[in-house]
Amino acid sequence: MIAPHEGSDAPARIDWPAQIHEALRAWEVRQVGYVPDAGHSRLIERCHADPQMVTTVLTTEEEGVALLAGAWLGGQRGVLLMQSSGVGNCINMFSLLKSCRMPLVAIVTMRGEWGEFNPWQIPMGSTTPRSLELAGLATYRVEREELVRETVEVALGCAYDTHCPSAVILSQRMLGRKKWTD
Amino acid sequence: MDRLNKAPAESRLDRRQVVATLLRDRADLLVVTGLGAPTYDCAAAGDHPNNFYLWGAMGGAAMLGLGLATAQPGRRVLVITGDGEMLMGLGALATIGARKPANLSIVVLDNERYAETGGQRTHTAHGVDLAAVAAGCGFASATTVRTKAQVETLRDAVHAADCPLFAAVKVDPADLPRVLPPRDGVYLAGRFRQALLGEAF
Repeated sequence: MIAPHEGSDAPARIDWPAQIHEALRAWEVRQVGYVPDAGHSRLIERCHADPQMVTTVLTTEEEGVALLAGAWLGGQRGVLLMQSSGVGNCINMFSLLKSCRMPLVAIVTMRGEWGEFNPWQIPMGSTTPRSLELAGLATYRVEREELVRETVEVALGCAYDTHCPSAVILSQRMLGRKKWTD
Repeated sequence: MDRLNKAPAESRLDRRQVVATLLRDRADLLVVTGLGAPTYDCAAAGDHPNNFYLWGAMGGAAMLGLGLATAQPGRRVLVITGDGEMLMGLGALATIGARKPANLSIVVLDNERYAETGGQRTHTAHGVDLAAVAAGCGFASATTVRTKAQVETLRDAVHAADCPLFAAVKVDPADLPRVLPPRDGVYLAGRFRQALLGEAF
C-alpha cells in the first residue's frame, strides 16, 4: 500500500482557521452549525471557545440550512461548516434560501478531488461545486492559504450585503491530503 | 387515565381545536409551522405576523425553530408540525436535545397519516413513539397528548416551560378544508422580521 503524503509545495504556513474565525467575528456571525470534518477541526474549536458564538453540532448538514434560516428570522447571522459530501444532503433544504431570499454562508472542505484516496468520496466531491451553483449559491473556491480570509469576507458580504447565499470551497490541495498511515 | 389513553379513534382530538387552544392568548409567542396541514391549521386559528409558515423544506421545521429560539432567547418559540414532517428530520430531536434551548417547544400534530399525499399511514401508525424518541434525545418534557384536558395543560406549558418541550398530539385523521395563508416566502420572512426586529431585510 502506498502511504500518501502531505501536500508538497507548502510555503510558510498561514493560520487560516484563525483568519476565518476573525472574519466571522468581524461580520458579527453568531450561530455556527457544523458536521465535523478534519479540515474544519481548528475552526470548530475556535468557535466553541468564542463566547459571542453559539455552536450547534448537527446530525446531518441540511439541519444547518434550516437552523440558519431560523437564525436569520430571529436577527442573527450564521455559517454552516461541512465537508463536500454534506452538500448533497442539503439540496432540498437549500430551497428555503431561494424561496425566502435568505442569506447563508457555507464553508465547505473538499474531498474527492486532489489526491483522494477513497473512491467513495469521488461521486459527491466531483459534483459539489456544480451542485452548489445549481442550488443558487454563489461559490468561491480557494486554492491558496493566503487567499482564505479575503475569500471568506467576500462570501460573507455576498450573503449579508446582497442576500445571495454563498459558499466558500476550500480545496483539497490546500487542506492537504488525508493521511492514512498515522 | 389508562382508560382515556385507549379512547377509540372516533374520539380523537380535532386538530383545529388543538391549535386554537395552543395559540389562545398567544402574547409574543413566535410560531413556526411545518408544511401541509399544520400550516393550514395555524392559518385557521388566525393569520399573525409572528407566524412563519413553511410551504416546503420538509424536515426542517424543528431546526428552524432551534435557530430562531437561539437568536431570540427572551421569546418563546413554538414549532407546530406534522408526524410526516417530523419523521423526515428526526435527527433534529437529537440536535435540539444536545443543545437544550429553554424557550423552544415542538408540538407534532400526529394523525398517523401523510394527509397531503392521499392519507398513507406514517411510521407512527406502525407503533413508532415520537415522544419516546424525544425523551431519549434529552427533552426533559416529552409527552403524548390524547385529551382536551391534556391540551390545556400543554398550552400552559408551551407558554411557560423552562426546558425544551416536546408533545405528540394524537389528532383525528379527517382531511379538513384548507385555509391558505400567504405562500410567498420573501413576504413571509420579511413580515416576520419586520414584526420581530423592526426591519424586513
